[in-house]
Amino acid sequence: MTYRRVTEADVGVLETICPGRTYFGEEIHDDFSHDEMVEYGKYAPEVVVEVLNTAEVSAIMKYAYQNDLPVTPRGSGTGLCGGAVPIHGGIILSLAKMNRILEIDEENTTVTTEPGVLLMDLAKAVADRDLLYPPDPGEKSATIGGNVMTNAGGMRAVKYGVTRDYVRGMEVVLPNGEVIEVGGKVAKNSSGYSLKDLFIGSEGTLGIITRLTLKLIPLPKRTVSLLIPFNDLEACIDAVPKIIMAKVVPTAIEFMEKEVIEAAEKYLGKHFPDKSANAYLLLTFDGNSAAEVESQMDQAAQICLDDGAVDVFISDTEERQESVWSARGAFLEAIKSSTPSMDECDVVVPRNQVARFVKYVKDLERIHQIRIRSFGHAGDGNLHVYVCKDDLSDAEWKRRLEPVMQAMYDKAGELGGQVSGEHGIGHAKTEFLRKSVGRIQLDLMKRIKLAFDPKNILNPGKVCW
Amino acid sequence: MRIIVCIKQVPGTSKVEMDPETGVLKRSGVDSKMNPYDLYALETAFRVKEQVGGSVIVVTMGPPQAQAVIKEAYMMGADEGYLVSDPKFVGSDVLATSFTLSQAIRKIGGFDLIICGKQTTDGDTAQVGPELAELLGIPHVAWVKNIYEVSNDKIIVEQDLAESYEVVEMGYPCLITIEKDIYQPRLPSYKLKLATAERAVNILTHKDLEEADDSLFGLEGSPTQVERIFPPEVKREQFLWEGAPDELVEKIVEKLHETKFV
Repeated sequence: MTYRRVTEADVGVLETICPGRTYFGEEIHDDFSHDEMVEYGKYAPEVVVEVLNTAEVSAIMKYAYQNDLPVTPRGSGTGLCGGAVPIHGGIILSLAKMNRILEIDEENTTVTTEPGVLLMDLAKAVADRDLLYPPDPGEKSATIGGNVMTNAGGMRAVKYGVTRDYVRGMEVVLPNGEVIEVGGKVAKNSSGYSLKDLFIGSEGTLGIITRLTLKLIPLPKRTVSLLIPFNDLEACIDAVPKIIMAKVVPTAIEFMEKEVIEAAEKYLGKHFPDKSANAYLLLTFDGNSAAEVESQMDQAAQICLDDGAVDVFISDTEERQESVWSARGAFLEAIKSSTPSMDECDVVVPRNQVARFVKYVKDLERIHQIRIRSFGHAGDGNLHVYVCKDDLSDAEWKRRLEPVMQAMYDKAGELGGQVSGEHGIGHAKTEFLRKSVGRIQLDLMKRIKLAFDPKNILNPGKVCW
Repeated sequence: MRIIVCIKQVPGTSKVEMDPETGVLKRSGVDSKMNPYDLYALETAFRVKEQVGGSVIVVTMGPPQAQAVIKEAYMMGADEGYLVSDPKFVGSDVLATSFTLSQAIRKIGGFDLIICGKQTTDGDTAQVGPELAELLGIPHVAWVKNIYEVSNDKIIVEQDLAESYEVVEMGYPCLITIEKDIYQPRLPSYKLKLATAERAVNILTHKDLEEADDSLFGLEGSPTQVERIFPPEVKREQFLWEGAPDELVEKIVEKLHETKFV
């Protein structure tokens, strides 16, 4: 597919659809040419339109479809695989200003929002009504629309599942501008193929979400975290299956290493509450009574102590949670700021293979003489691994990086894992996806894509293309 | 060195509701926690102890359930704890509280250094520490944000005076109140929880104290009359300016001056 370049006449039309919110040429901010991973290249859009409602999205898509203009939908641009980067130029359709929370329905425990609502604003709005939207990705300035489009899972997946489990319904603008509604406020649905579930995780390649209905749960009254120091990472991760087998259900099981914590301390200019150990598990429990949370906590603490934990620290107040979790929330940025360039891998493996994968990465670090930092969701098998360039020359960096990345994806596959746990494929990971799922599945994906978007104008070059 | 740390149990959240009729805080059903500022005082005490040896003794005044903060202090490393509690102490203002605490500390005796948090998150007066020092007749330094040196003979601290700071050397006994963020407070330890499960909380009541005159305690000993409690007014103004960076910087500075933020 070749795309037409955007002309001044096109801009004129877009300007009539989004007056005062259409940006062209030098008016376009450099941010729109990349996401959080500048490493994957910069691709400038030819025009950016900031939409305010479904009608505008529909009108733009209709025009773009008729005129073979590529369109890349975008939220906050906090992605990590280039999903919202316009690699074929054309139009960026920014949904960031469609950021109203439309309704919190306490009878059906749902929230209906526009796609541009930020995670932090959504969390607060529902918490004010004593409700919780459980998916909790680290990047709180990401939009809910973007989250649904990558099916980001976040830190409460162990107990509550991922974004997909909370999407009830959506209004979607199709590539040709037609508007459909899929799902709804209903809790069950066996009505034909679940198009809703196809849109979730499709990274803006099948349609543009303009309204979302999400399931909420009652806000647990108490949340307590345990920060558990271990002498080494292996011991730390080995304890995880034992916690799971004991049938205590933490909302989060995160692992972290001293070096990453130190980077976060430096990045935030704040001290972490403990520095005595090389590796830590961070568990969170929630519940409705102090007794309920405490009994789970006691059990998990005992298991960890029996399994060689140095101690178990209790984080049970706002201030303490802040001191622990602000560091956890800053890991990605902290690693990023510690090196001029990096590459990342967001594989997911079965929970009981996490230790093996992490150990494998340690070996890679040694063999290839390249600094690798990792942290992640030990409880759901989703690892975030960052390979750091540091002071390597560009040529040397490339030479060492490629085999390391390939080895990690191969290993994840060998352990029964997948290419991406929550960051998606974008344009940066398409090659790894192709290798991982194989020709037949990729072909199916392509045919699905063409069923929705026969002209391949919506977010072209992403995921399976 | 014997270090006494004064701690207090406060409401667990800042979203405490108030009874609009009576102006009294609705405390029932609300979780409580240790005053966050006291965590810095405790952490300071532990670090002093780690450096010069000795013991950390925590004291709190409050209803019987306030022993939870003593237990929590044990889980952080405190060696000994006292709950000062008696129906006669109910309704104490800053003065009566300081007086009662001074009586309790005299009773405990043998202290070298007293450490308090800078203030509490419920009363916010920041006066109990200094008043306690006066009532005990010992020197004090409030708003300590740095400890330069500590030994068994003296302590050298930096006092934060907002626009300047002062470095003060004191001999013992003395009292300091601690600023937020002096150190990152440690978290309670589950191991210490198990180890101190049987450790008692010492209780001091009115009859344990030297001063027998009832009129110096509780509501009667409190010259402060609370007329009304109300949430502070939150005023939020937004300005939107457009223009070149240089002009905008000037505008911001001007506005900050005007609103007395700088």
